[in-house]
Amino acid sequence: MNKPFAVLPLHDSVCQPPTATQLVVDRGFRGLCHLGVFLILLLVVALVVEIGGKAVPGMQKYGTGFIAGTVWDPNQLQYGILPAIWGTLYSSLLALLIGGFFGVMMAIFLTQDFLPPRLAAVFRTIIELLAAIPSVVYGLWGIFVVIPAIRPLADWLHQTLGWLPFFKSSLSGPGLLPAALVLAIMILPTIAAVSQDALRAVPLKTKQAAYGMGATHWEAILKVMLPTAATGIFGALVLGLGRALGETMALAMLVGNSNQISLSLFSPANTLAALLALNFPEAGPAEVEVLMYASLVLMLITLVVNLVGSSIMLMSQQGAK
Amino acid sequence: MKPFMFAVAGAAALVLSSSALAQERIRLIGSGASFPAPLYLAWFKDLGKKNPNLTVDYQSKGSGAGIQDFLNKTVDFAASDSAMSKEDLAKVPEGVQLLPMTAGEIVLAYNLPGNPKGIRLPREVYSNIFLGKITRWNDARITAANPGVSLPDLPITVVVRADSSGTTAVFSKHLAAINDEFRKTLGEGNTVNWPASDKFIKSPKNDGVTATVRQTPGAIGYIEYAFAKLAKVDYALLQNKAGQYVAAGSGGETLAGVKLPPDMVAWLPDPDGAKAYPITSYTWMIFRKSNADPKKAQAMREMVEYGLTHGQKMADAMGYIPLPATVVDQVRTAAASIK
Repeated sequence: MNKPFAVLPLHDSVCQPPTATQLVVDRGFRGLCHLGVFLILLLVVALVVEIGGKAVPGMQKYGTGFIAGTVWDPNQLQYGILPAIWGTLYSSLLALLIGGFFGVMMAIFLTQDFLPPRLAAVFRTIIELLAAIPSVVYGLWGIFVVIPAIRPLADWLHQTLGWLPFFKSSLSGPGLLPAALVLAIMILPTIAAVSQDALRAVPLKTKQAAYGMGATHWEAILKVMLPTAATGIFGALVLGLGRALGETMALAMLVGNSNQISLSLFSPANTLAALLALNFPEAGPAEVEVLMYASLVLMLITLVVNLVGSSIMLMSQQGAK
Repeated sequence: MKPFMFAVAGAAALVLSSSALAQERIRLIGSGASFPAPLYLAWFKDLGKKNPNLTVDYQSKGSGAGIQDFLNKTVDFAASDSAMSKEDLAKVPEGVQLLPMTAGEIVLAYNLPGNPKGIRLPREVYSNIFLGKITRWNDARITAANPGVSLPDLPITVVVRADSSGTTAVFSKHLAAINDEFRKTLGEGNTVNWPASDKFIKSPKNDGVTATVRQTPGAIGYIEYAFAKLAKVDYALLQNKAGQYVAAGSGGETLAGVKLPPDMVAWLPDPDGAKAYPITSYTWMIFRKSNADPKKAQAMREMVEYGLTHGQKMADAMGYIPLPATVVDQVRTAAASIK
């Protein structure tokens, strides 16, 4: 007998030692998982090496002036991405503010017994459908629907509150606000889905205990459910922000791609991802260097955002304990 | 009996081999400029019907990318709106043959309340609009050129290309030729560092510029004529070197006035002639002079010949400018050097 385990002849038991095939499948699957994880790491390393390697000549030539510069003019060989960095962060944070608020609200609405479960499932599917719409469609929708829709409000805000830096310029069409609004809708499904999971993961006992102590529906949600699920919801926001930072095509169509740093919501701005997407196809070797440098900066920003996010999450977890 | 069988076998072999010869398919791959792409794709589709053994695949990915592919030898031919630079030419030991295949015009599309047709724009006006110096539609210099048209008190929103593009190269070359300040401050190229202003919007591709112009009252933007024709937007009459206001689409006159040099690269930054449309440019196909496969070289010559004959008839309907007869002859002669 060539069996891996010594087995007592208990024929009436349902317990059986794993057969040789099961063992092979098990080990094989584990091996595949290891390989998968290893390949992901390899892919990230290969990406960084490839982009970094190609960015080195650009980094040597332009140094930190590249990050602080505000002019992008291939004809004069002047490259600076500060306006793009500013636009990336500004539009993403604005989108996070809007998309985050509505996303979390939706998650509460769909998980906290406001709707019959079947109706909630329908709504959930509809929200998840938003994630399946291609970026270009969002861009076109932004140009043809969002911009005309917000124009009257934007004009009114500019005329009455024009002294505020946020409404300093009049809306021409593409600009920061339409871009941020569409971006908010694009990151909404991610935030809503992950927040729902977080809220659903709160043990039923906790909720029942809150009600048992005489809490109202809203007290239970705001004082018990949300704080308990806070870590997960925060994770949802970080994910959403990450997606917003890297979003490309819709932004390229909506943000106006103008290299200026302005607080005004109605001014055209620029983002790193749009800059990269628009300049790569026709870039010569000299420009590819700086574009690679710019993509390295974008990767770094994403990394920092994720690190800051996870460390805040870690701290809040420790604080809770 | 035997000789008869031999004869049958021989005949069969002959039939087989000749049909095999006829069925040998040749596939040419090209990439490059997006501006002539709709025309080229129509050509290659029709050519494939006329000659089923010849397939031409064309990828419209931009002039710069096309030249890069050509230098990397991943394509048989390239297409470019900005010809080819001296440095790039030097990188091809086989020798390069540039052939102008068609020409196009760039129009200034606008969006004004009430949709007035055919606004006239003098040379110093449109060049200054793109310098950010003329900022309102009821500027005296615009109203003076358009008596009888009531122009609104609207800011001019200038829409330019966000991506690097041969269209921008042709347009900025023209503006640099007619406006000294433009040449000194902004210069010419596939990308131009347009003035940083809230009223300068950059949109990707012809579609993006067209969509933005359409959605923005008071907008003006440059797009290719073929595209404007397709999208049915209003575009301005521009003042040419002779002082006349000309609408796009009358290009034959413009090209007839230009003589092609031996390298087949001629620029028309500011063409002469009373009927010439001011912003016109050739677009080129790029071939290697010596090709490894003589059959491919022959196929390429066939493709060029098709473009020069049947192809030119399609050009006009699709918003491109057919080449004048003299240019067609010159291109045909030059195409013989693709071997």
